[in-house]
Amino acid sequence: MKPTTLYFSFSKILILVAFLFLLSLPFYTGSYILHVVIMILFFGYLGACWNILAGYAGQISLGHAIFLGAGAYTSTVLFLKAGVSPWIGMWAGGISGMLLGLFVGYLTFRYGLKGHYFILATLAFGAITKVIALNVEKIGAAQGLIIPFKASFANFQFVGKTFYYYYILFMVVGIVLICTAIERSRFGQILMAIREDEDAAESLGVNIFRYKLFAMIISSFLTALAGTFYAFYIGYIHPDTLFTPFLSIQITLIPITGGMGSVFGPIVGSFILSPVSEITRGFLGKFSGLHLMVWGLIIMLIVILIPRGIIVELQHYFRKPRPKPLERSLT
Amino acid sequence: MNSELLLQGIASGLLIGGVYALVAIGLTLVYGVLNIINFAHGALLVVGMYASYFLFTYFGIDPYLSVFVVIPLLFIIGALSQKIVINPLMNAPAHICVFVTIGLGYFLENFLAFAWSPEYRNIEVSYARSILSLGEVTIPVTRLVTFALAVFLTLALYLFLKKTDIGKAIRACAQEKDAAVLMGIDTKKIFAITFGIGAACAGAAGAFILPFFYLGPYVGHTFLLTAFIVVVFGSMGNFWGAFLAGLIIGLGESIGEIFLPSAMKEVVSLSIFIIVLFFRPAGLMGQPR
Repeated sequence: MKPTTLYFSFSKILILVAFLFLLSLPFYTGSYILHVVIMILFFGYLGACWNILAGYAGQISLGHAIFLGAGAYTSTVLFLKAGVSPWIGMWAGGISGMLLGLFVGYLTFRYGLKGHYFILATLAFGAITKVIALNVEKIGAAQGLIIPFKASFANFQFVGKTFYYYYILFMVVGIVLICTAIERSRFGQILMAIREDEDAAESLGVNIFRYKLFAMIISSFLTALAGTFYAFYIGYIHPDTLFTPFLSIQITLIPITGGMGSVFGPIVGSFILSPVSEITRGFLGKFSGLHLMVWGLIIMLIVILIPRGIIVELQHYFRKPRPKPLERSLT
Repeated sequence: MNSELLLQGIASGLLIGGVYALVAIGLTLVYGVLNIINFAHGALLVVGMYASYFLFTYFGIDPYLSVFVVIPLLFIIGALSQKIVINPLMNAPAHICVFVTIGLGYFLENFLAFAWSPEYRNIEVSYARSILSLGEVTIPVTRLVTFALAVFLTLALYLFLKKTDIGKAIRACAQEKDAAVLMGIDTKKIFAITFGIGAACAGAAGAFILPFFYLGPYVGHTFLLTAFIVVVFGSMGNFWGAFLAGLIIGLGESIGEIFLPSAMKEVVSLSIFIIVLFFRPAGLMGQPR
């Protein structure tokens, strides 16, 4: 058996075991562990959405929280003001996030903003959205919005965490399938060509504007779709938790840890990073600032020691013949 | 709306713009030479504020005089950070460096929060309330001194870059790194020095604003965002572009404050930013693409 096939079958078995483990998890864990795993899966999902734009198309967005916020706010406002069921509201939320993504993407990609300019532009859009959300009285402004708890399927509100757990697990499986499909499609190949060398891709006749915009639309729509889950799981939304650049940065760190441009990178990254932050907060949270100081240290260590993320570094280690060049592709 | 208020707005806008310019020049210099957006710049500014704060409270040193300590201190912190956490990544993809500076920023800010509690504080200098009247416009003396010192420091930095050997080497690195290496310039050393100078600019700005600005571990965030806007507006990597854009953004914010509710102040500069991206993504001094 050649080492490559060995690696492939090994990883497939690993994925299957992990999936079966996750599927059976609610049967033998308490609600605290379940909550932690729900948040891990939620952030893994967000990381995977971000990864479509950043990992494959190479466009690093530092404003992805606004799409999540747009999705959460749309479905919550529809539910509170018009009594629209979140099951319908989540699609409206997805579309509103997508329109926001279209707006940001159109403005930035039209002028060929790339690399650092794109990072800063998305950061600015994130900041301006937060300021606006904090000042619009109709959506609760600085008070936020509270969703009164009334358990029913139509309200997307359930007693206990099991339903939410399986729902987010279903979304994670969905995003894994979507990312696999993208990676294997012509579309995904073109995105990766854009990531590696935009000018070269353009000279080969690729309409890079259209492809980047398309990646942005998919990424923002899927991100916004999860906003409804967040709003109705937590039951409270506020601009400071949903539109903050801190959340955007948190989303980006997950694929960076796990491996950008790989299907399972964001999920693995979330399973590594989220428990680390949960543990540091648990042990060091009583000293103000200390756990975030350690958090900063961990970010620096991860970026310095495994700049391509765990999955890609491991692949690199096991599959010697296919090294990915580590170079400045975004300058 | 009277002209008096507008004049007042223009004056205070220009004065705070000088500080924005100084902060942004540090950022644009690091970008121009190292090709890194330094997300730790706001945290470095706060470190400067804290250093100045402690010099004032424990030794009674005036915040304006404290720069003689703050500048070398921040230079050392900046140069060391570059050597330890950024240098290993100088050849990595650009966005990776962004994240290492984000980590550095968290680390520095939260170190301050951990060591001296995240409370807000402020200092009371003896001349805090003295004002200067020019016709109908009144200007706090602290703001004027801060502006003058910020401009003075900017000029000094410009002369340093223009006249000294190290300054010339820094500009060479900004223009063409490979050629700079071939000319025998130790680029590693220059990178550390440049990052140190950038940090020193932020720290000096932090010390300068201390007489009229409150202090807390996370106050750097707003300055960082403003500095990003200024740097892009003035063309990334452009020294005088950053200076001019700093004044314009200061002016825009302070005039916007007159017309808009104070909470919406940030919207003005962010809107300017988006308009710039829309019509002139290369910035004031850049070549339109």
